Formats: sequence, structure tokens, C-alpha cells
Amino acid sequence: MNWLTKITPPGMSKIFSKRDTPDNLWVKCPKTGEMVFHKDLEAGLFVTPGGHHMRIGPSWRFQFTFDGEFKELDTPEVPRDPLKFKDDKPYTSRIQAARKKTGRDDAMAIAVGHIDGLESVVLVQNFAFMGGSLGMAAGESFIKAAEEAVKRKAPLVVYTAAGGARMQEGALSLMQMPRTTIAVEMLREAGLPYIVVLTDPTTGGVTASYAMLGDVHIAEPGALVGFAGPRVIEQTIREKLPEGFQRSEYLLEKGMVDKVVHRRDIPATLGRLLRVMMKRPGSSVRASLTPPPADHVVADGGGH
Amino acid sequence: MSDPTRTYLDFERPLAELEAKIEELENLAGTSGDDSPDTAEETARLRHKANEQLAALYSKLDPWRKTQVARHPERPHFRDYRKALIEDFEELCGDRRFSEDAAIVGGLGRFRGRSVVVIGHEKGHDTESRIKHNFGMARPEGYRKAIRLMDMAEKFDLPVLTFVDTAGAYPGLGAEERGQSEAIARSTERCLTLGTPLISTITGEGGSGGAVALASGNVVMMLEHSIYSVISPEGCASILWKDSARAKDAAVAMKVTAPDLMALKIVDQTIPEPIGGAHRHPAETMQAVGNAIEQHLIALDGKSPAELRQQRRERFLAIGRLDAAE
Repeated sequence: MNWLTKITPPGMSKIFSKRDTPDNLWVKCPKTGEMVFHKDLEAGLFVTPGGHHMRIGPSWRFQFTFDGEFKELDTPEVPRDPLKFKDDKPYTSRIQAARKKTGRDDAMAIAVGHIDGLESVVLVQNFAFMGGSLGMAAGESFIKAAEEAVKRKAPLVVYTAAGGARMQEGALSLMQMPRTTIAVEMLREAGLPYIVVLTDPTTGGVTASYAMLGDVHIAEPGALVGFAGPRVIEQTIREKLPEGFQRSEYLLEKGMVDKVVHRRDIPATLGRLLRVMMKRPGSSVRASLTPPPADHVVADGGGH
Repeated sequence: MSDPTRTYLDFERPLAELEAKIEELENLAGTSGDDSPDTAEETARLRHKANEQLAALYSKLDPWRKTQVARHPERPHFRDYRKALIEDFEELCGDRRFSEDAAIVGGLGRFRGRSVVVIGHEKGHDTESRIKHNFGMARPEGYRKAIRLMDMAEKFDLPVLTFVDTAGAYPGLGAEERGQSEAIARSTERCLTLGTPLISTITGEGGSGGAVALASGNVVMMLEHSIYSVISPEGCASILWKDSARAKDAAVAMKVTAPDLMALKIVDQTIPEPIGGAHRHPAETMQAVGNAIEQHLIALDGKSPAELRQQRRERFLAIGRLDAAE
């Protein structure tokens, strides 16, 4: 309480509370500190004028990736809380909270649509849902997406974003590493393209399985991508890490990704790659990206 | 009986005191020539008590104590298994790309008459060898060497035996620079695509992706007091509670023990350890591991490469599935 709230009569305080201005009207660019108006941010695909690629959820990704219409698929049901895991809160209540926040069942969403005229399955990992963590639900969704791609003879594109495995599912989450790897093998056997788009951040068991097994690895600029987190490495080697360590541009230099691509150019890049891989004629027109309706952002628990 | 160089774990303190006392009595009897029935009787009584205490302790190890046993410095390591179980062993080194990584050791040899490829994490047994083997924490080169050896197994139609014992892959700058995650992912993939039998045994710590990279086999077994987990209990505690001292709680919550993993159908078989753990009876333990491996190899005899791949695939896809749960 400050002096103002003390002297103002009840009810009056509401007028002065900052709740009266909607959240996120202005967003600060983490890179330059510049304040960006939310409408402008949306129009720029959540890339600030300074070039910082903000974290976005599945609805935006689908919207940005597909030519037009797309259909979201249900994600498979998995056993809930098999370990009866409890830290400060039960795991089930953490899931509940994440569902409420994102409006989604778990950390992966699947959709089918067209990329540059080519039918494709797109899988998006949602960092807003418990850090995008790879548990049974995410693993099963990955397998379903691969199976769907095989069924449709369509490519699979996955946008990765995760801190790693979901600890609350113990070794069952660890088993998603071989399980998702099997799904990648299904695509290989079927001769279908599997493209990974690495977004900020992608680390741990996710990087050490399907995220590093793509035919092509595309990374968004500035994304943190690595096996161990920078803090763990610093503690291990007791040294400060060099500037830009584990960022997309560093991975490109070290040979771990094929290219670093601005969000605006990702659909066209995917289209070109997929059309060549699938031996389809080149497409002359690729509609430039237009901002989607604003209600999409709500569904993913925020645009950044 | 009592070995002065033995490392006792915290929870074994009372036992250590008893064994010290027994030793004292034995020394006394030896030096003074006192072989009176009283002393002999007292020694026997104490020994009986010590054995009972040991059996009681090891029959109900909690997950944290199991973690300590799994990491016991005197627990048999890959070097020991290789000596006890593999004849004509020829170590093969290097990934042919960057360097040799001794955290993973592998080579060709003969297991009970069969030609095999063996690969395992090696933690080392003294300061010098621990440093040489980087405490069993592999860099990308270790996994790439494993891939190379699995390729060779495929070429010569040899079964692969893996021995898993690692806290996890090494989280270092150079390891990241050279694609640690890609190396792990490719090694897991190689396990899964192998056209020959792959039998994995978790002999100590099965730590995270660094373990999975060698443990994606047709059969996955665990020694009774080994652990298998997605992250070390310390790592889990430091993330969840910002306090690695709560590792004990994390070990319980994550369900890291053999019975837990059997119930979740993540491992196929638990190999019992003699009372007091593998470190007290290494030879017996290693023969039990060998027997279990042999049984599974016999069971997989005659299966085609396609069948082996399919069996492995189905095994992993069934884990955690609703329709797979009875």
C-alpha cells in the first residue's frame, strides 16, 4: 500500500490501478529495450523491429505456416500422472494450470494443411505449456503426426520449443526419446521429408532426439539450441560462456543447422524445400504473410 | 572378511563399526594366539549379527540409498564385466571424425562362444582412470564411436551387448560445439535400426539421454540396485526445489528403481544382486548378468533383421500406451 491507496476512498483505487490498462498493449523488446505496440508486433509476426523473434504458440504457427485453411487434429490421450508425482504442487494441478493458461491439452498441437500448395502435417511444440516439455502426451502426438504424414504421403514439419523432458513423468518421459526416434524412422522408410524448425528455446532430451534428426534443420534467428543448458555448462566448466554460445547463428557455424531463417521467410523456404524433395514443379506464387486475426493469440496463452 | 579399503556408505555406518570390531577381535586372536572358545564365539556372534544387519539393510533400500549403491565406487564397472564375460576382447578406439573418447569403451570379443560387439560406459576405478574416462560422461565422440561399432556389428551380423553406467552425457563447451545432442540422437537411432540383437544392461546409473543412446535395445535389463532416470535426482531437485540437497525426495518422486521401472514396463528384467550388493560380490553378480544376457541371446536366435527391428520398435511404442496397459 502506498500513500495514494491510503487516502483514496474505497472504489476510487480501481481508477488508479494499472489493471485498467490492458496487459501487453506495449511490449518491450528484450534485445533493444524498445517499446513496441502490440498491433505492430502482430503485424510483424511477433518479431520486434530490433529483430528479436518472440516465442509464439501453435495457433500463430499454423496461421503463419499454412497457405490458408488448415485443420487441427485431436491429440492422443495418454495415461495421466502415472507416477503420482508431487513436488510443491501435485503434477495434475500443474497440468490443469497449463491447460487453463493455454487452452490446450498438452505441449504439442498437430494440424494438416497446405504449404506452398503441398499437403503437409505440421507439429508445433508450445513453450507456454510447462516449458514445452516432452512427456507422454507430446511423444504420442509426435508419433501420431508422423503416422498421419505417412498415411497422407505428406511431409512432416515440426517447430520445436522445449526445455527438455518432463521430469514429472520420470523415465516414461525419457522413453519419448527412442519413441519419437522410431516415428522419424517411419518417415524415412516412407521416403517423406521431415523438416525441423528450431525455435527458442530447444534443449535437453528434445534436442537429443527428434530435433536433431531432420532431413533439414532450419533455425529462427537467435534461438537457444543445445543439449545442456548454459547454466549447467557454466557450473561444470566454471567458466563464462562466449557471447552467442548455443544460439542459432553459432549452430550454423558449427554445422548443426542448415540455415538460419527469419520467421517471415520460413513458409517460402519450407515450400521450396518440400517441393524439390517431393519432386513437384516449382511454384511461382507464394502469398506473402499477412497478420492473422487477433483472437488467435489468446488460444495459445499469449503471443510471447 | 572386513576389508579396510572398503568404502562404506552413510547408511552402512553401524555395519562398518561391527565389521571393525570383528576385525579387531580376529587380529587380537591372531597376535596373542588367543584361540579361546570365548573369543571365537564372540567373533561368530558378531559376524552373524553383521550378516543379519546387512541383509536387513539391503532388503529394503529406499530410492536414495539405491542411488548411492548404484554409484558405489567399488561396484563392478564395464572394465570388470568385460574381463569377466568377454574372451578375446580387442578394444576399438576412436570415432574416425574427431577423437577417441574413453568414457565409452567398446570392441570385439567372444561372449560364451559367440562373436559379439560390446559397448559400455566406463566410470573408472581410481583418480587417474576416472579422469581418463571422464567419470563415464561421454562426449559426442563416444556416441559416434558407438555408432561406428554398431555399423560394424551390422556388417558382420554380430549381436551387440551394451553396459549402461553413466550419470549422463558430458555438459561441456566442446561437447556442445561438436553436436552432443545430434550424437546422442543418432546413437539412439542406430540402436533402433540395428538388424542384429541388442541386449542392454543397466549396471549402475542409467542417466538420461546419455544412457538411452546405448540402451534402446531388444531387451533392457537392470541390476537390482541400479537406477534409471530422466535426470539425476540432484538435477531434478535443483530444478524443482532450487535445492540439490533434496535429491532424496527427487529420487523417490521420479521412481528410479528397478521395481518401479518393471512396473512401468520400461525394463524387461531385473537381475537380483547378492545380499550386500554387487560391490560385495562382484564375481557372482557378473555371472548372473552373463547368464541373463545368454538367455536373451538364445531367445533371439534365428530372428531376421526385420523381425529384430520390428520387435524393438513394438517394444518401445508399447511403453506408456493406454491400450498397452492391461
